[in-house]
Amino acid sequence: MADFLLQVNGEELHVRGFAEESLLFALRNRLNLTGAKYGCGEGQCGACTVLLNGKATHSCLTPLSSAVGVQITTIEGLERHEVLTPVQEAFLEEGAYQCGYCTPGMILSATALLREVPHPTDEQIVEHMNGNVCRCGTYPRIMAAIRRASAPAGKGASQ
Amino acid sequence: MSALDELMSEARQQEIDPPARGFHLDRREFLKTLGGGLLVCVAPVREFAQESGRQWQGHELPTELNAWIHIGADGEVKVFTGKVEVGQNIRTSLAQLVAEELRTPFDSIAMVMGDTDLTPWDMGTFGSRTTPTMGPQLRNMASAARDVLVKTAAARWNADASTLTAADGKVTNPHTRESLTYGELTRGEELVENVPSDPPLTPATDWKIAGTPLRKVNGRDFVTGKHRFPSDIVRPGMLFGKVLRPQGYHASLVSVDTSGAERVPTAKVVHDGDFIGVTAEDMHSAEQALAAIHANWTVPPQISNSELFAALKKGSSSEDSRPEFASGSVPQAYAAAEVKLDQHYTVQYIAHTPLEPRAAVADWNGDKLTVWTGTQRPFAVRDELCEAFHLPAKKVRVIQPDMGSGYGGKHTGEAAVEAARLAKASGKPVKVIWTREEEFTWAYFRPAGFIEVRSGTRRDGTLVSWEFHNFNSGPAAIQTLYNVPNQLVQFHPADSPLRQGSYRSLAATANHFAREVHMGEIAFALGLDSLQFRLKNLTDPRLRAVFQAAADKFRWGRSRPEEGHGFGVAGGFDKGDYVAACVEVEVTPERKIKLVRVVEAWECGAIVNPDGLRNQVMGACVQAIGGAMFEAIQFKDGRILNPHLAGYRVPRFSDVPEIEVILIDRKDLPSSGAGETGLVALAPAISNAVFAATGVRLRSMPMAPLNAIPGDEPPRFQS
Repeated sequence: MADFLLQVNGEELHVRGFAEESLLFALRNRLNLTGAKYGCGEGQCGACTVLLNGKATHSCLTPLSSAVGVQITTIEGLERHEVLTPVQEAFLEEGAYQCGYCTPGMILSATALLREVPHPTDEQIVEHMNGNVCRCGTYPRIMAAIRRASAPAGKGASQ
Repeated sequence: MSALDELMSEARQQEIDPPARGFHLDRREFLKTLGGGLLVCVAPVREFAQESGRQWQGHELPTELNAWIHIGADGEVKVFTGKVEVGQNIRTSLAQLVAEELRTPFDSIAMVMGDTDLTPWDMGTFGSRTTPTMGPQLRNMASAARDVLVKTAAARWNADASTLTAADGKVTNPHTRESLTYGELTRGEELVENVPSDPPLTPATDWKIAGTPLRKVNGRDFVTGKHRFPSDIVRPGMLFGKVLRPQGYHASLVSVDTSGAERVPTAKVVHDGDFIGVTAEDMHSAEQALAAIHANWTVPPQISNSELFAALKKGSSSEDSRPEFASGSVPQAYAAAEVKLDQHYTVQYIAHTPLEPRAAVADWNGDKLTVWTGTQRPFAVRDELCEAFHLPAKKVRVIQPDMGSGYGGKHTGEAAVEAARLAKASGKPVKVIWTREEEFTWAYFRPAGFIEVRSGTRRDGTLVSWEFHNFNSGPAAIQTLYNVPNQLVQFHPADSPLRQGSYRSLAATANHFAREVHMGEIAFALGLDSLQFRLKNLTDPRLRAVFQAAADKFRWGRSRPEEGHGFGVAGGFDKGDYVAACVEVEVTPERKIKLVRVVEAWECGAIVNPDGLRNQVMGACVQAIGGAMFEAIQFKDGRILNPHLAGYRVPRFSDVPEIEVILIDRKDLPSSGAGETGLVALAPAISNAVFAATGVRLRSMPMAPLNAIPGDEPPRFQS
């Protein structure tokens, strides 16, 4: 066990944990940030996706020790003063979920995509998002939500 | 079949075994805890009322309390039902039905669901039963509640109740322009009202809140991460638990050494008979402790994929089969038929793979146990816990937070029992979350099936003989809706080598696959258009309507596939839902199947929420791609060979074609449930389309386990 200083959603947080334990477990079980989900533990489903320095990353495969010194963004960190990001708004407007378990990972992956490519083609969306599984099969609506968030009126993703 | 028979038949198919216990909470006690107000109880569904005296596992179905509605002094309407939200959007659509009948704003409704201490007993959320059974009960209660409120206002104003109007959460006297909110009317009262058997209901043509495309009621909590799924529940001082799994099915423990686990800081081992588990203060340590346990097992020889269908055809050692349907004389008609076809079809075991695996948090307070868990059947999980810990029902509370789905895969309470056992030993709350591998291995599967079809047809395209035998996968939707005078339709139970159970659409998928592929084969043998051949043998107007709607939108018969592409059609009926799909596939020079376009037409009576319904039907099409094309459990010697998402491929963004969903709203018909049947048409339509493109007939699901057409050989599997 050791102490780690993490930068999570703009805050500095001390975490006592094991260097090799996953960032996912640390976030969920030590910091009570349960928005990132366990889905497979193998980087195959994307439910655990968080942003590390803006890049979509599987927190289940990220050791706690390697998350030190990077900006960690979880789903809880997107909303500011009760204002949702364009991607969150777009998911709400398109009703882009059923059970909603994959939604945090989907939103964070889409956020990372739109930061890099503000107006992606459908092919770019599929390629970027293909690691995120929605077992309920709402992919067409998630595609629509990402298109909506990337439309000029939506001014792209601000987060 | 009466509604009760249908429900019981469904229950049998869903492997609902543990005995259920009665519901004891006194209604007036309950009202006290709610601080007065109006409580409306008991809504006998008409069909059930006629079956009075019939029981299901100790529950008097017709008279059992199935739901309650409470209206508080603040005007908030609380609806209590044992049904659960698993992504099917029922929290929203049931609230719409209540708001509609009660004449109150949608956002004044709060649904209290799936909590065994707060809600009346419920068999479970499965079989597309919530909309057709719970929907009418809640509408009855809301209608009765409105009646009570109007009468209460009439008494206060000394007015004639029939002259008053109820709207927007208020009762108004149009003559005096006086009005009282529902909250004002119930304030200080302690009213318990039983519902008359047949209160007037608002026809769907007059619906203003029901029938509209409202979005998921608590959607914001899902996009912000605020919603707590079962696996997100945290209790003070909570430990993390893991359970040792055998090396294979039916394994016997030979020896075990847990000393390594005991050395992991904070870890404790719980060893009780065959149960070996660990707890630790954090998940990582619990995993380390589990990995440090050394156990030796013997695993008996067992059937593998390669012997599966021969085993299923042997049938059952304990259950007899009986015809589901028989008419005329099949042998004579078959012998005399001009075109005879005799084929068999197979489906493999598939896994539900809910993205949230089984999870539970158990917390003992003295001898009272509370468990938060993801289940479609909270009351059945309570019964499992009562049995495991020898507790009366009132000592166990199961709470089901809206969960990361189930698809029929979460009827059982394994994680709940495990968490409770570990929590009892440690004296602290314990959370157990199954790994993906555990979920793939120790849950249960959609049954595999072997189906034989023999048909006889006249040259003019008239079906004369139909024989259909399903081994193991189940009797759901086994009957054909096509007109055939001579039929023998039979389900043959079999001894399944793997643990099997409910699945979204269950056997309806396998039975539709066999039937609708076979219909395509007959049409080809006769040189008839596949759609025209179906319509020639079909009188059911609702099924004809969805075929026609899908075909029109697809431009079936009016457009031709380009080179390497093929069109296919299939349709059917289950659980009150009618569905037809037209699909276009492309088969590449490497013999890969690419799904290009799907048009699916759907009809389930009066639509309660068109947005939620469209989402369900589209999602069903996407989920169906997996079972149709590549999902299959591989097993050998009592072990699952592909218990990971890397080896068990589920549909992803790149698999999704253009999908158009056409909803036919029959406001003149009762609403049926829509969570399942959307799956059944896709696989046979794909098979028919691949045949049209290539002349290769695919009769086994999944059809392209290696992403390529396997030809006429049996499919091989990627390990």
